[in-house]
Amino acid sequence: MPKLIINDKPIEVEDGLNLLQACELAGEEIPRFCYHERLSIAGNCRMCLVEVVGMPKPVASCHMAVNDMRPGRDGSPPQVRTDSAVVKKAREGVMEFLLINHPLDCPICDQGGECDLQDQAMGYGTDGSRFKENKRAVEDKNIGPLIKTIMTRCIQCTRCVRFMTEVAGVSELGAIGRGEDMEITTYLERGMTSELSGNVIDLCPVGALTSKPYAFKARPWELRKTESIDVMDGLGSNIRLDARGREILRILPRNHDGVNEEWISDKARFVWDGLRRGRLDRPYVRREGKLREASWAEAFAEIADRFEAAGPSKIGAIAGDLVAVEEMFALKSLFTAIGSPHLDSRQDGTSFDPAKGRSTYLFNSTIAGLEEADALLLIGSNPRREAAVLNSRILKGWRSGRLKIGLIGEPGDLTYDYDYLGAGPQTLADVAAGKHPFADVLKAAKRPMLILGQGALARPDNAAIIALAAQAAKNLGMLREEEGWNGFNILHDAAARVGGLDLGFVPQEGGLALDAMLEGARDGDIELLYLLGADELDMSATGDAFVIYQGSHGDRGARFADIILPGAAYTEKNGTYVNTEGRVQMAQRAVFPPGDAREDWTIIRALSERLGHKLPFDSLAELRARLYAEHPHFAASDDIARGNIADVAALASGKTTFEDRPFGAVIEDFYQTNPIARASSIMSELSALAREDDHGATGTDG
Amino acid sequence: MLTDKDRIFKNLYGQLDWRLKAAQKRGAWDGTKAFIEKGQDWIIEEVKASGLRGRGGAGFPTGLKWSFMPKNDVRPSYLVVNADESEPGTCKDREIMRHDPQLLIEGCLYAGFSMRAHACYIYIRGEYIRERERLQAAIDEAYEAKLIGKGNIHGWDFDVYLVHGAGAYICGEETALLESLEGKKGQPRLKPPFPANAGLWGAPTTVNNVESIAVVPDILRRGAPWFASLGRPNNTGTKLFCISGHVNEPCNVEEEMGIPLRELIDKHAGGVRGGWDNLLAVIPGGSSVPCVPAAMCQDLLMDFDSLRDVQSGLGTAAVIVMDKSTDIIKAIARIAYFYKHESCGQCTPCREGTGWMWRVLERMVKGEAAPREIDMLLDVSKQIEGHTICALGDAAAWPIQGLIRHFRHVIEERLEERKAPVRGPRVIAAE
Repeated sequence: MPKLIINDKPIEVEDGLNLLQACELAGEEIPRFCYHERLSIAGNCRMCLVEVVGMPKPVASCHMAVNDMRPGRDGSPPQVRTDSAVVKKAREGVMEFLLINHPLDCPICDQGGECDLQDQAMGYGTDGSRFKENKRAVEDKNIGPLIKTIMTRCIQCTRCVRFMTEVAGVSELGAIGRGEDMEITTYLERGMTSELSGNVIDLCPVGALTSKPYAFKARPWELRKTESIDVMDGLGSNIRLDARGREILRILPRNHDGVNEEWISDKARFVWDGLRRGRLDRPYVRREGKLREASWAEAFAEIADRFEAAGPSKIGAIAGDLVAVEEMFALKSLFTAIGSPHLDSRQDGTSFDPAKGRSTYLFNSTIAGLEEADALLLIGSNPRREAAVLNSRILKGWRSGRLKIGLIGEPGDLTYDYDYLGAGPQTLADVAAGKHPFADVLKAAKRPMLILGQGALARPDNAAIIALAAQAAKNLGMLREEEGWNGFNILHDAAARVGGLDLGFVPQEGGLALDAMLEGARDGDIELLYLLGADELDMSATGDAFVIYQGSHGDRGARFADIILPGAAYTEKNGTYVNTEGRVQMAQRAVFPPGDAREDWTIIRALSERLGHKLPFDSLAELRARLYAEHPHFAASDDIARGNIADVAALASGKTTFEDRPFGAVIEDFYQTNPIARASSIMSELSALAREDDHGATGTDG
Repeated sequence: MLTDKDRIFKNLYGQLDWRLKAAQKRGAWDGTKAFIEKGQDWIIEEVKASGLRGRGGAGFPTGLKWSFMPKNDVRPSYLVVNADESEPGTCKDREIMRHDPQLLIEGCLYAGFSMRAHACYIYIRGEYIRERERLQAAIDEAYEAKLIGKGNIHGWDFDVYLVHGAGAYICGEETALLESLEGKKGQPRLKPPFPANAGLWGAPTTVNNVESIAVVPDILRRGAPWFASLGRPNNTGTKLFCISGHVNEPCNVEEEMGIPLRELIDKHAGGVRGGWDNLLAVIPGGSSVPCVPAAMCQDLLMDFDSLRDVQSGLGTAAVIVMDKSTDIIKAIARIAYFYKHESCGQCTPCREGTGWMWRVLERMVKGEAAPREIDMLLDVSKQIEGHTICALGDAAAWPIQGLIRHFRHVIEERLEERKAPVRGPRVIAAE
């Protein structure tokens, strides 16, 4: 524990910190532009210079490790000054240099109000300008539809370059030119292809990289900020919704070390224009083959008749990917009250059974656990598409040289190197049996883990695959009870999935699972299907069954529905989501649903009264009280209720007869995975660009 | 004055054969095996005792630098020779490489051996194409004669690789050189860690100038006391001086350290054009050191400490002589342009400041500046000096500080003379 004296104040800090962090701990603010906690140290802005007594020159505090600092001659702790004349002069000097070539366009700059350069110029700069030469102008670059560049504003801190290389894992940004002609650009001005590229907007300390879709929309002080949870994938990234009036104008990440650090995917960041397109804002009822506008009362009356006609044994409910725990709980309570056992929240057709224990369907190692892992087996998973932010954690482990990675399934560009083991379940069986060389890598590792992705799960024989994976976990030392390490991980790609499983929104005794329900709909065994935001089904399979669709967007589900009940999107309701590692998190309402649309649980509550099975709660608080009484772990927000390791071992004894065909890719199109993304024009544009890239158009291929 | 028998570079002018056989006749590779057998510590001690200071500009004791290399490291050690001789006015290493290359290669073996390195990289300046060909031919000859390489006759496996730069001044900075060697953009690294701890590919590395390495064989052969007996205390040995500018016979010459400047110019360079009294100033150590006005040149000794005492430096000992016909402001403006052009752009003060200083100087050349801008220019140079990652910021600031220190009156007269309309900065909000 190194001791320091910072501005006459003695302080003892942890090993491995840098001087900048030590100064912050001592309560001294150190201005900086290039330094960022989660990126490598560049030390190029020179704004963080401090004086170390005895050193001839001021030192860049971001680069000075406290452990490297020498004590004074008499053995006293090193003395640091952040308030001396030398430091003040150095800061003023750097500030002046940064400003001489920075344009005076703050009034038309989108960074205005949240600009590091602006703030620090106020705090550490001088009041006048001595520069009377011409300012430098730099040509703007086209780096894709998300990021607007005004490169004259760039101060060459290289945060964006380091982010793209180190976190996003694609070396697409770099600096060309020397001296004052140095410019940040992509190679030949190609657009960026990373799913994490939007984060450079947050990282840019000036207005050089700003959000293109948000350009000139608002000033930061006009926005109402709501802390919430993202639902675009199973990670539950922490986000902030910035709204003005009834519109979400942008989405930013919030820091959560355990989940998303401070990154979010482009889908999470830019999906907001999908929140106002294709919305269901009033109930619809199908008459004479056409959906016609209706009142809530008309819709409910029709539903009541249909429920009556079908009877409890011929109705089923399917919950979709984006729904919150509250509405699933309400719907499950309603169906239980009516007496129907046909429930399913596993829209991907998997066979996870909550009765077997929570650890059989969670990402047990936890996302932060990836920081410890030293060997990883990816099974039918493309984390880059299924959970882009998680992928950057894997990349981090790989870059440090700690993590060895093997992949079974469809090979793809994951931004890191991996051993390609094989295409399908047979390879997995070989690894599980210890017959594959990579099994030895896993056995030798201290913290081995596997990730079972959608490619391996969304297929009819998923139970066998899960059993094989459990065998691999058991045989290769991934289940270490005494060390508390569980290396068996399921990567869900839907925000609602774990919540649904936790609730037991699965077939009850005698109930039909998803496939059986759809088959029943074709055969007439199921006469009424209640789709709660379920859009990713093969809708033509619903046969002649009467379909009620409750959701926010006029997407696949609504198109085939006989009755549409307009619900709220994730930004418009207070809801609980459980991420793939089992972390319970609360989304907050930022704006109200449009038109006649309502928060989803209230629709079900109102319908229950009409159906004669009035649910016993009138407010969200009452609903939650019931929910917590039945499932206490939902009450512990931001907590993970760990499952039993023994439950995973028990899975291993399951049947392992599999179809011998390769694991496919489930997410064909990263930008079009849910109704909100499909409604977003930004996502459509990105999707089209990604297709072009994949296609590898050369201009001569037709 | 240095006697012929004390010269190290006997073929400095290329009048003799550069090839191995001829070099061996002049003494190269004599007794090498015996020196290697005396061990690493002996070589380092000998170099330390000779008082040799680095010839690349900073003048850090070479033996001490070698002793910083970790002794029991699992990583390989590397010797890197900095042959990216780009300092304006300097042209000494090039003569060593084309006319006496075997001395360099032999020195590499001693230096590499003393730091337990089996590989040496010589990073040669991009513009040195013929020099590269010559040096490569010499390396090939040494390989053929089994003087170096695996299983050579000296019993220390040692490979020498010649790497050609792309012609960037900044790649003469040791850590930028390492980056360039690794195939990256030549930008200086943050220090610490110093190359002795984590250099080339993260392994312990020592970077030395060509001349520092090439004098080592003679130090070992003739003994440290011989080398230490030349020059002045703490500034020992011989040194290659490159005399250019307004002298009658510009030349490279090997001389004793601490030779008086006047003697150097008069005896070797045929005197200042138009006589000693026509001298305006000299830049004694390559473009990056502050100039010294004629008044201070009379008894000036050419070594590290004497020049430091007049607030200049020996640098690479590239003496640029300027007579009274020189427009000193324009001369320094040209140097400022060079540093603006060669700044790597990594850190703020150098990237932004070098261009600013150059532009102000260009205006001053024409007299289009306000008198108060002289102080502003000095202040800007101080804002760069010491605030940058590498020494290029300092190198850009010093010539300008030297100009203002000694020739402020010239600038003031110029501004007065042109009576330029004052375009002084308006007081406006921070830009």
